[in-house]
Order: sequence, then structure tokens, then C-alpha cells
Amino acid sequence: MPKQTFILNGKTVTVNVADNVRLLWVIRDLLGVTGPKYGCGINVCKACTSHINGRAFNPCAVRVGDIENTDHVTTIEGLPKTVGRELHPMQRAWLNRDVPQCGYCQPGQIMAAVALVKKVRREGRSITEADLDHIRNICRCGTYTRIREAILEGAQHM
Amino acid sequence: MPDLPSPTTAAVDRRRFLGFVLGGATLVAAADLGLFETRASAQVPTLPQPAELYDLNDMLTDATRPTANLVTVAINKDGTASFALPRAEVGQGITTSTAMLIAEELALPVDKVHVTLAKARPELVWNQLTGGSNTTISTYTPIRVAAAVAMGALLDAAAIQLGDTVANLVAKGGVISAPDGSSVTYGELATLAASSTTRSVDVVLKDAADFAVIGKSHNRVDALAAVTGRKTFTTDLQVAGALPTMVCRAPTLNGSPTKILNRATVLAMPGVTDVVMIDTGIAVRARTFGQCIDAVRTLRAEWTPGSVGRDSDADIVAELKAAQLPIPALPTNPLAETIEQDLLFYFRSNSPLDTGSAVADVRSDRAEIWAGLKSPITAQEEIATALGLTPDAVTVHVVQAGGSFGRRLFFDAALEAAKISQKLGKPVKLMWHRADDARVGRAHPMALNRIRATVSGGEVVAFQQQHTSVETDYRHGLGELITDMAANLPTGNQGFAQTIFALTQEIPYNFGVVDQSVIETDERFNTGSMRNIYSPDVRTAAELMVDRLARKLGKDPYHFRKELLRNDRTRAVLDKVASVGSWGRAMPAGTAQGIAIHKEYKGTSACLVEIDCRPATVNRDIPHAVTGPRVTKVVYAIDAGLVVNPRGIEAQMQGGINDGIALALTSSLHLRDGYFLEASWDNYFYTRQWNTPPKVNVIVMPSDSGQPGGAGEAGVAATFAAVACAYARATGKTPTYFPINHHELSFTPKPTVPPIPQSPTNGLKLTY
Repeated sequence: MPKQTFILNGKTVTVNVADNVRLLWVIRDLLGVTGPKYGCGINVCKACTSHINGRAFNPCAVRVGDIENTDHVTTIEGLPKTVGRELHPMQRAWLNRDVPQCGYCQPGQIMAAVALVKKVRREGRSITEADLDHIRNICRCGTYTRIREAILEGAQHM
Repeated sequence: MPDLPSPTTAAVDRRRFLGFVLGGATLVAAADLGLFETRASAQVPTLPQPAELYDLNDMLTDATRPTANLVTVAINKDGTASFALPRAEVGQGITTSTAMLIAEELALPVDKVHVTLAKARPELVWNQLTGGSNTTISTYTPIRVAAAVAMGALLDAAAIQLGDTVANLVAKGGVISAPDGSSVTYGELATLAASSTTRSVDVVLKDAADFAVIGKSHNRVDALAAVTGRKTFTTDLQVAGALPTMVCRAPTLNGSPTKILNRATVLAMPGVTDVVMIDTGIAVRARTFGQCIDAVRTLRAEWTPGSVGRDSDADIVAELKAAQLPIPALPTNPLAETIEQDLLFYFRSNSPLDTGSAVADVRSDRAEIWAGLKSPITAQEEIATALGLTPDAVTVHVVQAGGSFGRRLFFDAALEAAKISQKLGKPVKLMWHRADDARVGRAHPMALNRIRATVSGGEVVAFQQQHTSVETDYRHGLGELITDMAANLPTGNQGFAQTIFALTQEIPYNFGVVDQSVIETDERFNTGSMRNIYSPDVRTAAELMVDRLARKLGKDPYHFRKELLRNDRTRAVLDKVASVGSWGRAMPAGTAQGIAIHKEYKGTSACLVEIDCRPATVNRDIPHAVTGPRVTKVVYAIDAGLVVNPRGIEAQMQGGINDGIALALTSSLHLRDGYFLEASWDNYFYTRQWNTPPKVNVIVMPSDSGQPGGAGEAGVAATFAAVACAYARATGKTPTYFPINHHELSFTPKPTVPPIPQSPTNGLKLTY
């Protein structure tokens, strides 16, 4: 069985598993890192949103065999370390706004929010209402209002 | 003449209760979970409907009275307090509000109170059901009594330690101090305050005027765990040997497998350890869920026909029409004019994001189950029966769940997991695919609502509403409660439906003869109580009719409601949203305001929305999205009685608002040829960021009620109704069905064979 190696939350990991198993299951079922959640398995709900080399992506829609040895995969568990703090400013904004209800989608929401802030910065602008309208992550508890507030607050501290 | 008790004494008496200090090594205080303050007697209005005098929450609360069972607050050696809540936390915030109640009576910081979920406790009988937004209403007093008993025992022990009297001591932040400056911590007292025997004690609860925690906004106690990914849901549990397991299901609703055609092929697939047939499908167990998906997609089997044959939406609509009964005739009045309205509400899905899941480890003589369960005692009993074990041999752990919206009143996944584990003789971690959840999960039944209003001499003289619905399944154990609580009521699901309907529905307007009834038909679907049960549909139909009546009588919708409301609290919330939301402001053509009210759960609420139905908005460009009319603003006011955590109530209203919008505009299930077409979030359109209102203002009203109300479901009905009214006003057309987009299929249905879709592989092309 092929050996799959990549960097997960700053640490090199190696797993024996077939190429076509989606990365989400490698992370959750084989490596026991459960921050990224399953909500659909077809890259629609975005509950598993994580980062690859600093960009948002959905590991439910990536074969582990397509991940390079040098790829940095960051889940919610590894997010604080990317800024060298106990909590990322976006997580602090989430706490400050008391965003979560059931909490199931929130790791994905936060990872998407961080990537969105970085993306608009690369484009030399700040977040607009239209950017917020285009966020695809589902929150079935309907915490959208506080998510919008928290993203704007978190962006100020990133 | 005997002395009459002074008002002060009477007030103290209302806060005086009996509790217990249990024998043990550390301090454990207890209270009877059947304890309640005197039930608030409703003011008696003219011609009251049943729900005004005795509502569903009174019934749920009264049902718990005879159970005489204890909940306990323990003081730990590290100075913290622990409490196992016999309810399910599914996002509604009850672990936080419970920690606040205990913190209040114990003078402890909220973060020093650890609230966990109690496993199934059969001795609690009916007192471990999470539903009807009843948790705070029914546990408010007993939890505080247990904490107050603990506080009393700590003070008694501290008085001995500090050589002073209890009256001189001050408890604050987990430390008890004497006037001389000496002090002792709760941690130090945990052992000293312990009792070798169980004794009963009399306690007086804190006066509401002295509340330091209750009524002040507090962030969720589990928020840090949630934002760091550390909050553990069922599928995150690591139980030894419990490998990922999924079920391959029939191509039609509730079909059963009769034969596996390629078992050997599937068993030989990478990672697959087991393939086994159960009544609801064919289970596969594998090293990863990804390999389960591959195996489910490869399985070929023969199936029995489904429970609804080849029926489609239109067949069920015809069936509901046939089940409607004539609305009772009123005395002939030649001057009266009647207005009739028929509204159809299609099937909808509870669809929590965390799909049905359970871990099961079944051995020959015992079983252990982990799942998010709102009726764990019923789950324990039914699982035991299915396994051929006695209930005491089945341990049922209640796990925090990723949403419920009524879904977790049923334990379908837990029962399936138990059966699979028993057949395999191995532990399993069962997870439903999203497609399973959408297609065979629980649904809000389709319903047809008819209203006949009668107007005479410029007044509404009669308002008759008949709700005809596909059966709502209540067989999760509440049926027994009814049997016990109201022996004269008919038993069975029909009787229960009648009771729930009667105890939750009312028309709070002076409309002369008011009559509401429910007819239920067709038991073939997997239904259940979806958030707010009947009220979203029934209230929406009623409020749309109220708008039509106002128009007929030449009245403004707000002023018409205000004049005819029979309840001052409801009038106050209505006035609030009208004023804060600038009711009646000039708006461009194609946009409009809508206003509606709802009264339930010992509280009352009003909602004002603004909607934009102009083509540029309806057709706004969001890739792969259902857009449609946009609710641009919501002002929501709720009087929820005594509020434990205002920030928590605000959150529940914000969520309910998004549910109400989904019900009005976008979310439904389409039944076609014997199955529901929807199989994921790109088919089932719950409110998304592009649908959610950019402006939401929730106002939690001050209330002089000494009793808490329910919050978890209170945001849905008034929002749905207000959005419907606004849509009708913006477009000039009263809809005849909801959601308004149901007749356009906005997606290509996924196949039924294989029953679940394969995960895509292009994720690296979509990074941002």
C-alpha cells in the first residue's frame, strides 16, 4: 500500500493508505485529527474547510495521492500556530461575538474566514458585503449574522 | 384573628424548597427534578383557547412532577462544581444556561461549573426528554435548589472552620470569608462539608433582585472548544475497534434489502472489513469512511418496494385534499362575507449538519451506545428490545450533537448501529451519508392549511382554521407521557397529535368565533417534530389571512393587529418591532415590509421584515446558488419571560430567523416516484449567506414574569409569517404554497443507485 507523506499542522506525517482515499478521511479516521467535519462529502457544505499551503481547500474533495510530501496542510487545530499565538485573531473574534451554537460548522467557518481575509488583502482591498454573501459554508443553526460580524472584527486584528 | 403572612414572608415562602445533602466522601447536594414553583396561572381571557390556559410546556412540566428523582450538584476538591444535565445539548445553549443557574446559587464563576450530559437514566421516566423548548422551564427551579443546598452545606462547614456564624460569612468566587479576614475555599470544604448520611435540608433560593448571573449575558461555555476544533461530536469519538461504518440504502423510501448480489466483491475492496444485511440496508465497515463510501457505491442488492410506492408530491396533495373535513358551519348571517384561503406546505428536512451517527459496542451480555439523543430512555428501551437484552444491560451515553431541530428526538442511527454491531460482534462507528439524511431522514410532514374567516359589519366575526397534515411521528416516548398525564385523552399517535396541536396553537386576536383543528393522515413517511412543530405553517397561514382581512377592512396590517390582539405582552413586542423597524416607511416598488406575531413557550414574539423581490435582486449572480427574493432586514422582539442568558436568547432568535426564511423561500423536499429527490446541500436549500439578511436586530424584552420561557424554537414561526406577508405585499400575490420556489426544481437529482454520490477529486483546483 502506498506511503502518503505530508506536513499536517507543522509536523510531517506518513500514512499507509491507497491514493484515492480522500484526504478528509486520512486526517480524521487515520490520523485522529477531528477538527475538520463531515457534512456532505461532495465539497458543498464546506464543514471540512482547511488550508493547503495557506489557501482554503476542502479535503473531502482531494485524493491523498494528490498531496505532495512538501505540502503544508493546516486544520483548525494548527491555525493558532500559524500566527505563533495561543489563538488566531479570527478565533478570538469568534469567541468575542459568541458565534457558535452547536459548533459543528465553526472550524470550517473560521478557516474559510481567515482565507477570505487573506484573499481580499492579496487583491488590495477589504471585505465587502458581497464577499460575505459569497461565503459558501453552511451553518444549519443559522449563526450567519454573528459570523459576518466576527469576520469583520477578526480581519481588523489580522 | 390569625396573623396574615406578610408579603415579604410570602415571597420568601415561594423561594423555599426542600433539598438533600447526600451521604458521601465529598459534598453532593441534590434536588428533586420534579420540583416546580407554582405553575403560573394564566390570566383568564374571554373565550380562551386551550393553549392559553394550559399549554404544551405545562404538560411537559407537570409530567415530570411525580417522578421524584434527584439531580445532583457535586463540589470537587479543586473548588469546581459538577452537574450532569439530563437533557441533550444540540446547540441551543442549555449547558451554558445551566452552568449560570448553578453559578448564581453557589456564588461561583460560571467557568468553575462543569456541566456534562447525563447518560440515559430510566428512573427519570419522562424527565429526560429534550423537546418543546422545555429545558429551562422545567429545570430552572430544581437545579437552583440543588446548588442552594450545596451552598448551605459549604457555609455550615465554613462556619465551623472559621469559628463564626453562617450569617456573618460571605461567599464569593469560590471562597468563603469571615469578618476577621480568615477564609476557606470551596475546594477545601468539599470534603469537610460532606455528609456521612443522606439528610434533607430546607433552602431558600436567591431573590431575583439579588441575581448577579441570571439575566446577564454570558458567552457559551463550550465556545472555546468549538472554535479550536476540540468540541467532540459522536463521529469524533475514539472507541477502541469502532471502525467507520455506513449503510447502503434502497432506491425508494424505506425499502428493505432481500439479497446482496456482490458481497464477495465488496468484501475484497481496500479497507473493507465487513458487509452485513440489516432491515434498513446493507452495512459496510471499513478502515475509513471514504472506503465505506466506495463500498456502498459498489454494492448491488435486491430490495423490497418502498413504503410510499411510486408516489410523488401530487399524490400526497390529493390525499391531503381528500382527508380535509368540512369546516363547521356557523349560524346563517345574510350580511356576513367569508374569505377562504388554502395554503400548501411541502415536506422539509430537519437536516442537522452533523448527520445521524452513533458508536455501538454490543457484546453477548451487554451493550454500550454513544449518540446525540433527545430521548435517551426510549432509545435505551428500544435498543435493548432489538438486541434481546434488558435495558439495564444497555448503557446509553448522550453526546453533544451538531444541531437537531427536532431530528434527535429519534434515534434511528443509534438503533441501526446497535443492530450492526450485534450482527458483526464488533464495535462500529456508524455515520449516515448526507444523502441518507436528506432522503430517509426525518422530515416535517407536508400539510394543507385551510382558513375560513367571516367578516360582518366591519368586524371579523369568525376565524376557522383547519390543518390537514401527513402524520407527525411522535413515537419517541411522549405517547406514554400523554397516557399518564391525561388518562382521558385518546392514546396513540393521532391522539397525541391532537393534544400537541391543541396545546400549542392559538389565535391571539379578538376574531369572534375562533376554531382550530388538526387532521393527520398517512403514516408511511419518516417524519417528526421539526423545530416549532405545527406553528410555522399554522401561524404563517393565519397571519397571511390577518393581512388579507386588514386589507378587506381598509386597515393597516400593524394597526389592525394591535387593535385586535388579546394579549398585552404580544402587543408590546408588536409595538416594539413596529417602532424600531420603522413600520410603514416608504419603500420602492417590488420591496415591502411584513409584520407578524407568535405566542408560545410561555413567551411571545413579533417580527418585522423587509423583503426585496425586484428582478435585479432575485436574479443576483452567485455561482451554483438559489438566490430569489432577499430578506434585507429583520427586527425581532421576544418577551421570553425571565431570561437566564440574553445573549443565548438572541442567538436562538437569529437562528430561528434563518429557519423561517428558509421555510418561506427556499427549503423543501420533492417527492417523486417513491423517493425524495434531495440528496445534499446543493439540492436542499437551507438559508445561506447569500440569503441571510444583512441587517438583523433582535430585541430581548424586559419581562416582569418570574418564570422562564422557552427559546430554542421561538424564532421560527413569526419570521416565516412575516416573510410570507412581506412577499405577498411586495409582489401583490398571496402565495398558495411554501416554499415559494418549490415548483421550480433548481437542481439535477442525484441517482438512487448507487444511493450516495462519490466525493469529487478536484479540490486542489478550487483553493482560495
